[in-house]
Amino acid sequence: MDLTEATLAEIRDAVRAKRVKAVEVVAHFQRRIETLDNQLNSFITVNPRAMEEATQIDAILASGRDPGPLAGVPIAVKDLLCTKNLATTAASNILRGFVPPYSATVVKRLQAAGAVILGKTNLDEFGMGSSNENSAFGVCRNPWALDHVPGGSSGGTAAAVAARLAPAGIGTDTGGSIRQPASFCGLVGIKPTYGRVSRFGIVSYASSLDQAGPMARTAQDCAILLETIAGHDDWDATASMRPVPSWSTDTIPSPKGMRIGVLQEALSEKIDQDTSTVLNTAISTLRQLGAEITEVSIPKLRHAVSIYYLLATSEASSNLARYDGVRYGYRSRKQTSDLESFYAATRSEGFGTEVKRRIMMGTYALSSGYYDAFYLKASQVRRQLRDEYMAAFAQCDVILSPVTTSPAFKIGARISDPLEMYLNDIFTTSANLAGLPAIAVPGGFAESGLPIGLQFTANHFDEHNLFRVATALEQALPLVKKVPHVI
Amino acid sequence: MISQETIRHIAKLARLEVTDAEANEFAAQLSAVFDHFQEIAQLDTAGVEPMITPSEIALYLRSDQVERQETVEDLLENAPEKSGHLFKVPPVV
Repeated sequence: MDLTEATLAEIRDAVRAKRVKAVEVVAHFQRRIETLDNQLNSFITVNPRAMEEATQIDAILASGRDPGPLAGVPIAVKDLLCTKNLATTAASNILRGFVPPYSATVVKRLQAAGAVILGKTNLDEFGMGSSNENSAFGVCRNPWALDHVPGGSSGGTAAAVAARLAPAGIGTDTGGSIRQPASFCGLVGIKPTYGRVSRFGIVSYASSLDQAGPMARTAQDCAILLETIAGHDDWDATASMRPVPSWSTDTIPSPKGMRIGVLQEALSEKIDQDTSTVLNTAISTLRQLGAEITEVSIPKLRHAVSIYYLLATSEASSNLARYDGVRYGYRSRKQTSDLESFYAATRSEGFGTEVKRRIMMGTYALSSGYYDAFYLKASQVRRQLRDEYMAAFAQCDVILSPVTTSPAFKIGARISDPLEMYLNDIFTTSANLAGLPAIAVPGGFAESGLPIGLQFTANHFDEHNLFRVATALEQALPLVKKVPHVI
Repeated sequence: MISQETIRHIAKLARLEVTDAEANEFAAQLSAVFDHFQEIAQLDTAGVEPMITPSEIALYLRSDQVERQETVEDLLENAPEKSGHLFKVPPVV
């Protein structure tokens, strides 16, 4: 069996049928990490107990019991999810050495299904960034072009899965952090409906926007992972009680009769030629497959970046107040005369520049005299944006748009201009603001050889429509079986 | 335009230290960013209820049962300094 190119579903089936041992699978990907990750820097921590956990899966199988639907599948987990007894850093110096006393619900569910946590992947510190350049553990590289960013903030998971260092992985998405790196690395990545997946044990960035979700090479693998991690959780009051469908087995791989709304605002934005070509190819392919193509407009979309950064940084400034050097994490050794300067010394030494910048932005937006003009106003426009989406979904089942205006950019190209970097998130932030599920799927390649993704957005809890259109497109698009250059 | 003085005030509220160079840089960057955000000021939002969360707020009750999840020792394991079952902070008075 070619484990490198095998999908999660194939590995799972082979392990369960005892055609391959879980320990062989884990050893294979550990060897790949050892030989290839020095070029990528996609992992921050490799799980030293992975082989032990795989041995247990094999023992359960040997005894005739069922180890679960993800038996022996190695998973790369973004280092923003707590893993019991395994260091969790959020790519920040302020959490260096932190070993959580509990696991995130997502991690617990993966392990209960028989998956093996391969390691913790690189990210922009606390999820704050779109390039993985804001990491205390160094920049992560795009396996398709090593001088380019893998996207962010789930850049490590994207790079690892694209380079076949893991068959699939978990990311988190606050304003595009699953979809944009999936697009930059040629993967499928889904941000579920807000409330579909428990946030318990995930290091908080902006609590009203954060969602965890899968990243993999096929829509079906994403469906398998999402149905494993989704569902109500007593530990997160915002986790929905709705039942979780069986997307991986129930998806109809045809868009026949589906109403697909092409986002008009996407056509007026400055999109590069390659992205535009990929979008048009997808539209004609879907039309040929029997989908009904319509036009939809979300006029407030052009304000999404402003609303997003005002709200996300406001929530972040509050969430990150917990890092005080007292209960866990980094503590400054500087001599201080009072408690406030003790906190300030710890926080200034522990946080990276982008995190400080966002805490400052959020504190400013919430400060006396500015609250009404910024936080309150943005919260009102957020509702208007959501209402525009609700009106659009009366006319279509899914909305098609690009993920970004252009493919992956070079490392260093945008890091010195925060506003330019933020404006890059124009198409991804609105799904988080409105709480909608959205998926990035490979759409094609740029002239340069870099992958380009497409985004579909659906109504709340309509993930089945996303899996349907993603699966159909995956089967129909004449994508060359290209693999990244590092493989 | 956000001044360096405002940046110092905000830093104090956020419990961050900023050097002169950082105050200078943040002042320029936050000015540019908030100039852009200012675009939402012209939108008519009269009477619109602010949206605080996208979740369906369906409150539910769970049984009021005591469960032991972690031990005090486990939770203290990550403390930079501790004394018995207490977190220790440097003397500040």
